[in-house]
Amino acid sequence: MMSRPIVSDVRLLAAAGLLSLFGVAMVYSAGQTDTPTAVATVYKSQILWLVIGMGFAYAIGHSSVRFIEWMTTPLYLFSIFLLGLTLVVGKGAGTAASTKSWLAIGSHRIGQPSEIAKVTVVLMLAKVLANQRETPKSLLDLWKPALVVGVPWLIIMLQPDLGTGIVFIGIFFAMLYWAGVAWPLLILIASPAISLILSFSVGLWGAWFFILLALVLWYRPYLIEGIVLMVLNVATGVIAPMMWEKLAPYQQNRLKVFIDPSADPRASGYHVIQSKVAIGSGGFFGKGFTEGTQKRLAFLPEQHTDFIFSVVGEELGFLGVTIALTLFLWLFLRITKIAERANDSFSSLVAFGLMSSWFVHVLVNVGMTLNLMPITGIPLPFFSYGGSFMLASWLAVGILMRISGEGRGSGLSLRR
Amino acid sequence: MSFHPNDVARRARMSSMALAIGFVLLVGAFFKTQVVQYKQFVMQSEENRLRPIPLPAPRGIIYDRHGEVIAENLPAYSVSITAPSVDSLRSALAQLAPTLQLGQSDINNAIRRYRRAPTRPTVVLADASIDIVSVLEEHRLDFPRLIIQSVPKRYYPDGPSVASFVGYTGEITESDLNDPKYASYKPGQQIGKAGLEKQYEAILHGKEGVRFDEVDARGRPVRGEGPRPDLNPEGAPPLYTNIDLDLQKFTVELFADSLQGGAVAIDPNTGEVLALYSAPSWDPNKFTGGIPVEYYKQLLEDKRRPLVNKAIQGTYPPGSTFKLATSIIALQNGVVGVKEHMPVPCSGGYQFGNRYFRCWEKKGHGSLDLEGAIKHSCDVYFYQLGLKIGLAKFIAGGITLSMRDRSGIDLPEESQARWPYAVDYYNKKYGPRGWSNAETLNLAIGQGANSQTVVNMAKLYSAFATKGQAPRPEIAHLVPQRKQVFNLTSVQDSVVLEGLKAVLEAGGTAGASAIQGLTLAGKTGTAQNTGGDDHGWFVGFAPADKPKIVVAVLLEFGLHGSRAAHIASAIIGHYLKVGPIKATMDEG
Repeated sequence: MMSRPIVSDVRLLAAAGLLSLFGVAMVYSAGQTDTPTAVATVYKSQILWLVIGMGFAYAIGHSSVRFIEWMTTPLYLFSIFLLGLTLVVGKGAGTAASTKSWLAIGSHRIGQPSEIAKVTVVLMLAKVLANQRETPKSLLDLWKPALVVGVPWLIIMLQPDLGTGIVFIGIFFAMLYWAGVAWPLLILIASPAISLILSFSVGLWGAWFFILLALVLWYRPYLIEGIVLMVLNVATGVIAPMMWEKLAPYQQNRLKVFIDPSADPRASGYHVIQSKVAIGSGGFFGKGFTEGTQKRLAFLPEQHTDFIFSVVGEELGFLGVTIALTLFLWLFLRITKIAERANDSFSSLVAFGLMSSWFVHVLVNVGMTLNLMPITGIPLPFFSYGGSFMLASWLAVGILMRISGEGRGSGLSLRR
Repeated sequence: MSFHPNDVARRARMSSMALAIGFVLLVGAFFKTQVVQYKQFVMQSEENRLRPIPLPAPRGIIYDRHGEVIAENLPAYSVSITAPSVDSLRSALAQLAPTLQLGQSDINNAIRRYRRAPTRPTVVLADASIDIVSVLEEHRLDFPRLIIQSVPKRYYPDGPSVASFVGYTGEITESDLNDPKYASYKPGQQIGKAGLEKQYEAILHGKEGVRFDEVDARGRPVRGEGPRPDLNPEGAPPLYTNIDLDLQKFTVELFADSLQGGAVAIDPNTGEVLALYSAPSWDPNKFTGGIPVEYYKQLLEDKRRPLVNKAIQGTYPPGSTFKLATSIIALQNGVVGVKEHMPVPCSGGYQFGNRYFRCWEKKGHGSLDLEGAIKHSCDVYFYQLGLKIGLAKFIAGGITLSMRDRSGIDLPEESQARWPYAVDYYNKKYGPRGWSNAETLNLAIGQGANSQTVVNMAKLYSAFATKGQAPRPEIAHLVPQRKQVFNLTSVQDSVVLEGLKAVLEAGGTAGASAIQGLTLAGKTGTAQNTGGDDHGWFVGFAPADKPKIVVAVLLEFGLHGSRAAHIASAIIGHYLKVGPIKATMDEG
């Protein structure tokens, strides 16, 4: 066997590394406020987590995909166990203080198991999908993958953590797509959720129902499935208003504010309005690193976690935003390439799953700062302050390095 | 599983496309927010962090003709609050009420000011005592939205002595704010409420400045350099007046505490008002920054009505001081020769129809010519003179002499003088058959439908002193205005003047008020007052041949004009710097 290079994929490492350095710099800047707060020093622990994460990445990068695959099931079960534990001893934080997404001993928060679960679910889903001989053609064929995502998803929705729930759904669909599931089937799976969202308007829901009916007749799933699906759609369309009543007040508020932020400018809408003001007032070149007034004077909420991208927009302007988004795009395209060239279906699915997870994070988090997405408390990969997420992200980088290293066109296999 | 390389490559292409679309959409959204809508958001962000604090401009200083200060500004402290909502203002006021000694009305006023201009700091105390300020300074951190400012406060060094013309300042009222004239004003600002302060508000107001405080999301001011340079307030230019403060104070002393009435001194050649006083007066310094309820009540309940300006607001029948006007109207109409005697000599009264009109001198004056009649103020002579003129011409003559007009003095409170507009006035008032020509007799001696302000009488006598050139009385020098109200031959003029001069010589009605070494020309008068003792008038000027000052004095309930004449001659003597006046008072 050839000796392994220290870095198997320079472009992947460069993209993730640059994003992390950019992110640490922004966490530092987020702490620079006129009235100093605890945020002033968190960049130090962020650096520590980055170093630890990189260490893990290096270690995983020098293991093997087979080892990762072998570890998948125990890791998955362990993360499910940790998630379950949060329901018993979970703590809230920040704007979602009434939730239980944090694992804590006493009042000391240790970490968010859901961040680790994002990686283990991708691994487990990849393993299950890779082991299926046939590409799923019907809804029934999907029960196993649905179970893999469904169990942790349910626990997370019980915490409740809407944002992470959305990420899991994103991962699920993206990986089914990568596994070759036909897109009409994906739409059919998603149809009850779409019915739910459209149920606020009878007209829209009615239109959706007829489109769905046409799709069912064209794709022709099993009769039973088709009927069950239509019944489900009707049911969700009807019970959605009742579901709405069940949502926690802060969740209701967040959804309401997403639709109209000025409805409640001082409370829930405040976050979004101030974030937009921060970004908009940054202009093309920004107000200068650490010089954002919206941030300095505490108009910007959660400036080191959920709204860190608003700091990028305010201080580095459109230029900085474009650079950051370009780095993300570069990273995602590179991972897609890794997934495409992976040696086996498990590796390919893992790579694509990790990429889609980050993509959903970026889309929802960045979209949120401009009020294009509801406020769901999803962090921005490599940017938002948070140990668990930084660690999980670099674990993922390590896995991707390994997959890339073993894939076609890499140093370990013949170039095409 | 379909992991044929071709399938995977196709999916990778689709995924890359989806990623690119997502990227373009996001970048596009940021472009819209940061480049297209940049200006709007910069404004919002500035609004967020910068709190504009208005810096009141000092009002213009008011000087007298010699550069003495009539109104100036002293440093004071104002306390205001910025609040995001009425509720937050309410709770802040409730917290501060004990420290600031706020009453319910103060709180209501503050809330009213806030509603009017929620983005401005709401003035809570316009003039806070140093005790309150020092307590607040100690607790500054507890009240981050509190603003304690050094502000200029109006001060009148001579207080009550100048109140009659200078007026006072106070907070702009709700109804003022609705007035288009005050369109640029904000609640809590001080404006001129009366007198010169109100008349020349546009000049005296100055231009408010702005200081920008950088504040954090909780409204706490942030230390450090000013984020934006202050716009300094622009102080108003000074207002130079024609008032002679020394003469003004001398006049005030003459009235002392016991007399009530009004006095106006004018330079007849220019219309410059040298002194203007209404007794009793009030203290404009107490009015600044809110009139204390107790003080206001006391002024309102005072029977001498200090809040009515007796120099420009009170109107009184001019009595005998008007006989000169009757003479002028007669001469202008050519109904009397200068040496002409009236058909009926004075025997103490005059029979008109079935009524007997008395002369003030019961013994009678005998037969007089015009000069003698003016000197002795003989009613009988003027009854007949009035009849000779005829009512219609008489009324028209009075109108020409501006007896129906305001004098035009630059004070906003002046009342209009009362004088019939035509004979029709009597028809309207009493019915066509309800009155007789006796009204002419009344008008001829300055009674009846004729009541004049002191300042208008001063203007009339300025015309007498300057051969008919009636000047508009002016406190602050702007554009002098004169109007020729009559034209006399020099013979006629000298007869009138001689008659006036004779009044103050021994034997005239104010003989005791003559000043040694100076020829005065003037006329006493008694305004019949149905509600009490008669009012006493004196209007005159000096030196008679080359007049430099006209003085009109009215003493309410002064019975007869000799006492007024005494005051007037003292004022004239003081102004012209001639020897002391005779101390004896003749009530004759």
